[in-house]
Amino acid sequence: MCAKKVDAIVIGAGWAGSILAKELTEAGLSVVMLERGDERATAVEGDYPSSIDELRGAIRHRLFQNLSQSTVTIRNTLDQEALPYRRLAAFLPGEGVGGAGLHWSGVHFRVAPDDLALRTNVVARYGKNFIPEGMNLQDYGVTYEELEPFFDKAEKVFGTSGEPYTIKGKIAGNGNRFAPDRSDAFPLPAMGEVYSASLFRSAAANVGYHPYALPAANASAQYTNPYGVQMGPCNFCGYCSGYDCYMYSKASPNVNILPALRQDPKFTLITKAHVLKVNLDADNKKATGVSYLDLRTKKQVELDADLVIISAFQFHNVHLMLLSGIGQPYNPQQNTGTVGRNFVYQTITTSRAWLSPKQYTNLFVGAGGAGVAIDDFNSMNFDHGPLGFVGGSPVWVNQAGVKPIAAAVGGPGGKAPTWGEGYKEAMVDTYRHSLTIDAHGSNMAYRDVYLDLDPTYSNAYGQPLLRMTFNWKDNDIRMNQYVVGKIEPIIKAMGATKYSLGMLKDGEVFDTRRYQTTHLGGGAIMGTDPKTSCVNRYLQSWDVSNVFVIGASAFPQGMGYNPTGMVAALAYWAAYHIRTTYLKNPGPMVQA
Amino acid sequence: MKIPSSTRRNFTAGLLGSASFWMYGGHKVWADALQSESLQSYEPKYFNREEWLFLNAACARIFPADAHGPDAALLGAPEFIDRQMDTPYGHGELWYMSGPFKEGAPNLGYQLSLPPRDLYRQAIAAANTYVRDHHQGQTFAQLTIPEQIALLKLFEQGTMTLGAVPAHTFFEQLRQNTLEGVFSDPLYGGNKALAGWTLLGFPGARADFMDWVNQKGAPYPFGPVSISGETA
Repeated sequence: MCAKKVDAIVIGAGWAGSILAKELTEAGLSVVMLERGDERATAVEGDYPSSIDELRGAIRHRLFQNLSQSTVTIRNTLDQEALPYRRLAAFLPGEGVGGAGLHWSGVHFRVAPDDLALRTNVVARYGKNFIPEGMNLQDYGVTYEELEPFFDKAEKVFGTSGEPYTIKGKIAGNGNRFAPDRSDAFPLPAMGEVYSASLFRSAAANVGYHPYALPAANASAQYTNPYGVQMGPCNFCGYCSGYDCYMYSKASPNVNILPALRQDPKFTLITKAHVLKVNLDADNKKATGVSYLDLRTKKQVELDADLVIISAFQFHNVHLMLLSGIGQPYNPQQNTGTVGRNFVYQTITTSRAWLSPKQYTNLFVGAGGAGVAIDDFNSMNFDHGPLGFVGGSPVWVNQAGVKPIAAAVGGPGGKAPTWGEGYKEAMVDTYRHSLTIDAHGSNMAYRDVYLDLDPTYSNAYGQPLLRMTFNWKDNDIRMNQYVVGKIEPIIKAMGATKYSLGMLKDGEVFDTRRYQTTHLGGGAIMGTDPKTSCVNRYLQSWDVSNVFVIGASAFPQGMGYNPTGMVAALAYWAAYHIRTTYLKNPGPMVQA
Repeated sequence: MKIPSSTRRNFTAGLLGSASFWMYGGHKVWADALQSESLQSYEPKYFNREEWLFLNAACARIFPADAHGPDAALLGAPEFIDRQMDTPYGHGELWYMSGPFKEGAPNLGYQLSLPPRDLYRQAIAAANTYVRDHHQGQTFAQLTIPEQIALLKLFEQGTMTLGAVPAHTFFEQLRQNTLEGVFSDPLYGGNKALAGWTLLGFPGARADFMDWVNQKGAPYPFGPVSISGETA
């Protein structure tokens, strides 16, 4: 790269960045994508059998962010001093080309349409007073009908496997009857069902729920996507989450987009480029480019551009906005500003059922996106009126391939010992004869849950760390408890010999030491009002109109579904409007 | 892969994974033979003699020998841990290790300035000092098995500190690394003869279940294979 100025800079080489870079080069722009991590190619370091290595992969975090350079600080309440997240545990952001899109599982949902206008829907159905004090319940400002073509496009790029319910208003399969209408079928048929998932399907149906095959960005057959790149059929090896897929079956930016993008002469990918800040003009109204640190030469580089896309991991997006002075930082005391507001997560708890000693669940067989779920208690698919909480959870068996170190360290579950006498006996029983069921639910936004810059700790480059102020709230705890209660009859219908229900406890405090999910959201949310959102409905900064902020950072609430499908659809949605509207007449696409 | 150094070792390693070894193999005799051999055949690079004896005893208590097979010391967990001490992990290069270091609520996670190798060094020394004070000058490794178990329970549940390390933090480090040693690919020094994987019924690096997606409750029929192609 010798050019000092390009048409567009894309920050981060994950799903959002790769989609934007592809779309913008298609529109004729010169694009530089900056990635602070390493180049990652499955053929080089993700090959068989060396990648089939749990210690090097999920345990020692081969594909995850190395916290030694930068992390976040975390506290539960405003009056607490935040301390650094020194070891990866509760959530696992990615690093390197592909980002978290390389090490994800592959569960590939659309969105529950009610979730896009959750505030409007809750108020319409239950009244304004139904919303608990301190909950910042908001709408996205975009409808499912508007996003549908982009969900469709993303599924075709990802090679998603699934079974539809309706296509263009007509019943087309035995899919999720709560799912919104589709314009087309899934590109590939649903994945096969492992034993545990098939047990869940019949038990859930017997109890009166509506089981469906999880939509999976794991290819159920050989596939060539619209960019001409190929995927191989998934063989259920079980190395999805935490790994690059040696079968080229799990969708990733590396497999599904970058092979096409890399051939475009207008596209340049620079790795080991840590963006320090987006540079603004004197009025803070326009971005002029970015300053980044070349981690190879340790030199700071200035790169100018007409358009800057912030598309790193959710909280890195917010961090970069705060470091760059884009928008007004959120202040929870005064309830002013927007950057860092509506920081959200997801609730996830795992229940376990043990089967008879004659039933082997072969937990190591799996695919990250495959499984069977019910949506009967997700979103607004059930009556919240008598329950008095907002939100919900899909419930599923998602046997993603359980590896022995994670299983052994997690322990046999129930009341069994975690070491010493009796441990091995219980561990063998659990590993051979049990299955797990997750309640993977929403997390609402609250006035005192947010992101800002830490006053004490800094990263390796001397910049303040991002500070998370996060705790579980009564609304979400009660939602989780209610939904987990609905799992119990399914387990009984399976004929389990024993079971343990995992649920959030009353007053439970967020624990950073235990993996929960990497599905963090919000902090740079989209919306219709610049007083309560960072970006408009096209994910364009209200304050700096040539900056777009793409990712789960745009979610006003943590939804029950996995976020990647929504992130990809929002990325294609934003790209479409940049291409068709913004580039013709650069400036704010919505007047504040 | 390390090549076993003696014929006897080859023979015992070959038997370790099979059920017949534990059912018919003269359990105690073989265990003693392997125990003395595993202590001798690997020379620790990081841990000193006293630490090494502590580690061997503690690993065996955390993951004991029983009807299901050998203990973690026989499976090479101490060797695994010793070798891990000179990796980026052992040196704390995967963790955010910038100060200030402050104590906080346990749910906010690890806040010590010690990488794993320093944590082990401090905590084992302090644990042995504690044992000497309470058990007539003996070290942890010299205690009876029930005494060792009682002490590990004290570390796990107690509020004491070992040097700068809360005992339960040390215990959890030890438990995690022991289990990593038992269940990781043998290329890291543990899981000798794939006995950890055999115990669970994990097929190792096979990673191809195209024809075995749903066995309707029947067990998967093949034993484990390692990255290097070792089978059991």
